[in-house]
Amino acid sequence: MNRFAALLDRLAYASGRNDKLALIKDHFATVSDPDRGYALAALTGGLDFKHAKPALIRGLVEERTDPVLFRLSYDYVGDMAETISLLWPAKHGVNRVPELTEIVETLRETSKSDMPGLIAGWLDALDENGRWALIKLITGGLRIGVSSRLAKTALAQYGDLDLKEVEEIWHGLEAPYIDLFAWADGTGPRPEPDIAAPFRPVMLAHPVEDADFAKLSPADFRAEWKWDGVRVQAVAAGGERRLYSRTGEDMTGTFPDLIEAMNFDAAIDGELLVVRDGQVAPFGDLQKRLNRKTTSKKLLNEFPAAIRAYDLLFESGEDLRILPFDERRKRLENWVERLNHPRISLSPLIDFQSFDDLDRIRNDPAAQSIEGVMLKRGDSVYEAGRPKGPWFKWKRDPYLVDAVLLYAQRGHGKRSSFYSDYTFGVWRDGELVPVGKAYFGFTDAELKQIDKFVRDNTEDSFGPVRQVTHEPDHGLVFEVAFEGLNRSTRHKSGLAMRFPRIHRIRWDKPPHEADKIEALESLLPA
Amino acid sequence: MKRVMVTFSDILMPTKAGLYCPPGDFYIDPTRQVDRAVVTHGHADHARAGHGAVLATRQTLAIMGSRYGANFTPAQQTAALGERHKIGDATVWLAPAGHVLGSAQAVIEAKGVRIVVSGDYKRRRDPTCARFEPVPCDVFVTEATFALPVFRHPDDTGEVAKALHMLEVFPERCVLLGAYSLGKAQRLIGLAREAGHDAPIYLHGAVEKLCTLYETLGVRLGDLRPVMKAEKDEMRGHLIVAPPQSLNDKWSRRLPDPVAAFASGWMRVRARARQRGVELPLIISDHADWDELTTTIEELRPEEVWVTHGREDALVHWAGTQGINARPLSLVGYDEEGGDHG
Repeated sequence: MNRFAALLDRLAYASGRNDKLALIKDHFATVSDPDRGYALAALTGGLDFKHAKPALIRGLVEERTDPVLFRLSYDYVGDMAETISLLWPAKHGVNRVPELTEIVETLRETSKSDMPGLIAGWLDALDENGRWALIKLITGGLRIGVSSRLAKTALAQYGDLDLKEVEEIWHGLEAPYIDLFAWADGTGPRPEPDIAAPFRPVMLAHPVEDADFAKLSPADFRAEWKWDGVRVQAVAAGGERRLYSRTGEDMTGTFPDLIEAMNFDAAIDGELLVVRDGQVAPFGDLQKRLNRKTTSKKLLNEFPAAIRAYDLLFESGEDLRILPFDERRKRLENWVERLNHPRISLSPLIDFQSFDDLDRIRNDPAAQSIEGVMLKRGDSVYEAGRPKGPWFKWKRDPYLVDAVLLYAQRGHGKRSSFYSDYTFGVWRDGELVPVGKAYFGFTDAELKQIDKFVRDNTEDSFGPVRQVTHEPDHGLVFEVAFEGLNRSTRHKSGLAMRFPRIHRIRWDKPPHEADKIEALESLLPA
Repeated sequence: MKRVMVTFSDILMPTKAGLYCPPGDFYIDPTRQVDRAVVTHGHADHARAGHGAVLATRQTLAIMGSRYGANFTPAQQTAALGERHKIGDATVWLAPAGHVLGSAQAVIEAKGVRIVVSGDYKRRRDPTCARFEPVPCDVFVTEATFALPVFRHPDDTGEVAKALHMLEVFPERCVLLGAYSLGKAQRLIGLAREAGHDAPIYLHGAVEKLCTLYETLGVRLGDLRPVMKAEKDEMRGHLIVAPPQSLNDKWSRRLPDPVAAFASGWMRVRARARQRGVELPLIISDHADWDELTTTIEELRPEEVWVTHGREDALVHWAGTQGINARPLSLVGYDEEGGDHG
């Protein structure tokens, strides 16, 4: 457990992706089976202990500490797992420090009534870091900035494996992944798990560049809408039904309404959306359905999930991925028609003659929830990964707004001596209200210039944050690009931008010429 | 029976300028200019310039002289540890506090009562200063910087070993150790030397100045070099010590890909460490942690405990549960957060 706790601790402080990968790979290389396998399971969210709940642990610490001191400590620390791990009265040496494997396997076998004594014994034996890691592990959701995909990437890099292959077999494997590590170590064959409804690595597209068009012929390509939802793969076969994200995360449990609709023997590629009366709802609505362990009836009724189908990968056991797009498309159209289910519809193709034609259509799409168009060669096979050439994405031009820099915050890692995270605002009733935050879109040279501006024009500072002068005639205006707007109660302005970034720095523009909030409000979904 | 006629606040009382002793007409660590001051240690919020007279240890006077110039007060009075000084109707002597070089507890005796003002203190060993000595007393005035049971500082040698380990893991980088210039910096260097690290350690100018002073006061710190005169490449794989605010400062751009480390008791709380962009938090403090604070009070069992700057609530509450009379003093002008020297 100490090794696992040290890994979580270091991951929580590591700032870059490569540093995190290095730490996880080092763990796989130096920790033996089955401990490293359970570590992988923890990092990929594959462990769930139904009898060990946060309330149980809180109850344990309350029995052992003064309630006033507990409250004062929690007020100060702000995080329950951390407060408990620091506050727990240590009894070093009374117990042996358990290994991760022992913890996981014992938790699975222990009844609800024996759980408190078991966990208390472990907390006694562990130090602060160990207790923190244990509480994180058993209450689920490590929240240390490591995605399931990053952990799988680390495994693939560690064993020099193809990440796509790891993703493909992942759902047939179980912790502690002995076979998988044997394959990675070169001491065993690739595991061939028996999965009725496996995930197939998805095909992705490159953005199309202006220079590409000269080399492309419109007649070779089909165009379809790029919906603003979540790309998914819905697979049903052999009595099993699964919904996967494009990275192979299993989302089956979160979308019971869709799973019910999946009465077929096929694998489809499509966009997960919230659809009411045939109208696609804004992305914010879909967000309410994501990342939930349980889904209430109310939520299911208010935010009904649906799929717009792009592609058919398997039908009745037949692998269609080797067929050209045009043939798959015909099969898909027939299949959707036969299925005849309101939750699963066809994403239509767009008629166009020339790329100029498509350009106009792209920037004036049929629905608000469209982020652009996809271009797919009619003869393209379905090839996992991001091959260059067969498919392109062509997003609609971003929205632009002129906003004024209000606050600047220091960055992390290599940027820690630069003010690189910017909060910006627009005018409302003669006042600047914050509407978003951005930390990229500028060059290193521009960062230096902005950093200097921030330092020279600081009005106040709060910890790592500086308030920057923003008067009508003095301040810095950014042209901010973003993909869309949602309503939000988290921001004072009531707006939340999607994917905002600094598009241009308007050194020439005084703040009073920046945009007003009305300009943004007109973009909000009805 | 001797104390029947005396209330403790006749001997020592909180005022706007700090703790005041009426029988001796002097202040302890006054936050404003006064005629006569007793100064427990050299940190700037306790040791200010401009008093009419200052009584302190030789080292504390030297630290004040180095910061404010030799004429920071017209009358310097050196007090050796344990040496009794009669001031008015009170007697004052100093006992080691273990906080930084020269730090002392002020022991005040008058009318048969003894009050000990701990100043800032810690109980554990520090290679750069004398260790805290408990002095039995009627009233113990304690600090409360880390007075919450979540603050339990680990063994400091283990924390320093983490920084030295980083140098091995990243030989092409350097470890930039943010540490308060007075006390913490020298303690870390001392601990690194004790751990067998004898490579050159590179210093920020502010730290260098105080290291030189420590050396003249007899504390050996080994091979120290100024960052300003070093080439970027020669600092790879080395320890750099600088004030905490330099971690994210433009100054740090001259260093070879630094691992940002910060040595402070506050590093116990993850959110605080992350807020500062720290990659390597080291939990090393010159203040007593919760166990040190409570065991000291249990050991002394004074009639009353007065709690100064920090998290008074928790310590006062705890004392109550132990049947010890405690009250907060609510003194202003001290760095309640222990600042960067926490």
